[in-house]
Amino acid sequence: MIKNISNLGDAALYCDFGKEVNKETNSKVIKYFKTLKEKKVKGIINLTPSYNKLIISFDLKKVNYREVKKIVENLDVKEIQSEFSKKIEIPVCCIESFSLDIERLEKKLSLSRDNIYENFFNKEYFCYMTGFIAGMPFLGDLDKNMRTNRLETPRVKVPKGSVGLTEQFTNIYTFESPGGWNIIGNTPLEIFDSLKIDSPNLISPGDTVIFKQISLKDYKNYNE
Amino acid sequence: MSSYFEIIRAGINTTFQDDGRKNLYHIGIPFSGAMDKRNYILANSLVGNRIDKPVIEFAYQGPLIKYRGDKINFVITGDVKFKLIKNKNEIDGNCYESYTIEDGDQIDIISTNKSVYGYLAISGEFDLKFQWGSCSINTKANIGSNKGQKLQSSQKIEIQNINQNQIKKKLNYINTRIEKIRVIKGTNFDYFSNEGKKIFFEKEFIVSKLSDRMGMRLEGPYIENIAETNIRSEGLIKGVIQVPADGNPIIMLSDHGTIGGYPKIGVIISADYDKLVQLSSGSKLKFQEVELTDAETLFKLYEMETQNLISQII
Repeated sequence: MIKNISNLGDAALYCDFGKEVNKETNSKVIKYFKTLKEKKVKGIINLTPSYNKLIISFDLKKVNYREVKKIVENLDVKEIQSEFSKKIEIPVCCIESFSLDIERLEKKLSLSRDNIYENFFNKEYFCYMTGFIAGMPFLGDLDKNMRTNRLETPRVKVPKGSVGLTEQFTNIYTFESPGGWNIIGNTPLEIFDSLKIDSPNLISPGDTVIFKQISLKDYKNYNE
Repeated sequence: MSSYFEIIRAGINTTFQDDGRKNLYHIGIPFSGAMDKRNYILANSLVGNRIDKPVIEFAYQGPLIKYRGDKINFVITGDVKFKLIKNKNEIDGNCYESYTIEDGDQIDIISTNKSVYGYLAISGEFDLKFQWGSCSINTKANIGSNKGQKLQSSQKIEIQNINQNQIKKKLNYINTRIEKIRVIKGTNFDYFSNEGKKIFFEKEFIVSKLSDRMGMRLEGPYIENIAETNIRSEGLIKGVIQVPADGNPIIMLSDHGTIGGYPKIGVIISADYDKLVQLSSGSKLKFQEVELTDAETLFKLYEMETQNLISQII
């Protein structure tokens, strides 16, 4: 299933699953990720799944590239059991002060804001990966008519909880962070909780996400 | 009596660090941990600690600390100018040599010499909260001990379990500097023009001021990309050299973002990472290509050298 394995430096494997970025390719990445994670292979210290790649970094004191490559090539990859993947509902409020880039989106997409919201909330999204900042999920796919580029100049601070769009993907800023995605709304839900040691991130690769539009009143009452 | 450090001056970027966190890249949490692993290990070894204990890491200017409590040994590693102040007597300190301090003494870590990071270890334990098995502070994500923030002036750090059988230790070692950093070609090496590749391995680059625990930015001749200046976002590891559209390389360091979308021209070999992070802003460096098997051998040698140093501690 892996198209090509090469080395990324002297302490990591770079597994390429092919050029296509879609659910099918990504599901293969996630299968390898979950199988390796469960197997707890000696010397492997980090696994980073992304759209179509899996990076496996290891402790060069314990193992080397050829040894880890052999393990990955001979891996018995399991089908993902249904209990591994969850369906999660994310409440999002889209009042003007949260929907920072709605005017830009209207222009770029040539759609009215009602159309944009209707399209956005009327879909299930698939979690391709999490990362960049702790717990940030990269979800897809947006419909073709909802796709646009990043902001020309990224914001220095995107507020925590912001829900952004770029190309075929949507994400959630788990912390205040710099960023260039088009912000459509804000969620009161805690997406990353560092106090939950075992599973600090609410959304994991392979999960399904649906967004539900809520009022400002519900937003304010959410954590009470 | 309780023992503690009182921070009189915090320094520029003073944090607690240890061996770092594992198995969290997939949720977006980087490795962190001491930037210069060899000096971290030596610091612990020189006060008789297990080598993976928390230490104080500082960058450029270090902290001024007042000590309160029972006798304790401390050591500073790296290439650091510091003073020990005992009853108004000032003593110039030597790195890699442990000293005993008692109630009221001060440690003034003035600055690192032509390097970035230094380490302070004690023959006792800092009272710290661990997060995912590590005290390492990542100030960008507010993860780790001290609420994920760098040390502040006037804060107190409690110290416990002071080793009762501590003896002073010493190592004759000079922390050398290298300006030739060895790399393995990256997965997007062929995105760059022949001229760009040549420049990468032949020309000098300068470490920019905009460097921190997340990354080291370099300035130098333009490295031309003839394919794509963006790739599909994918995982990163420390030591990866990305080249964004402006042609200036950025090297991922210990607190790096876990995912990135710029082409990877190369990766620093593991044996040279400790030396790389010590290159201060304004330093010049050159890249030299090595093959994977050579990099593996060089790492073994580097590890043996570190073990040798530990065994030379008297």
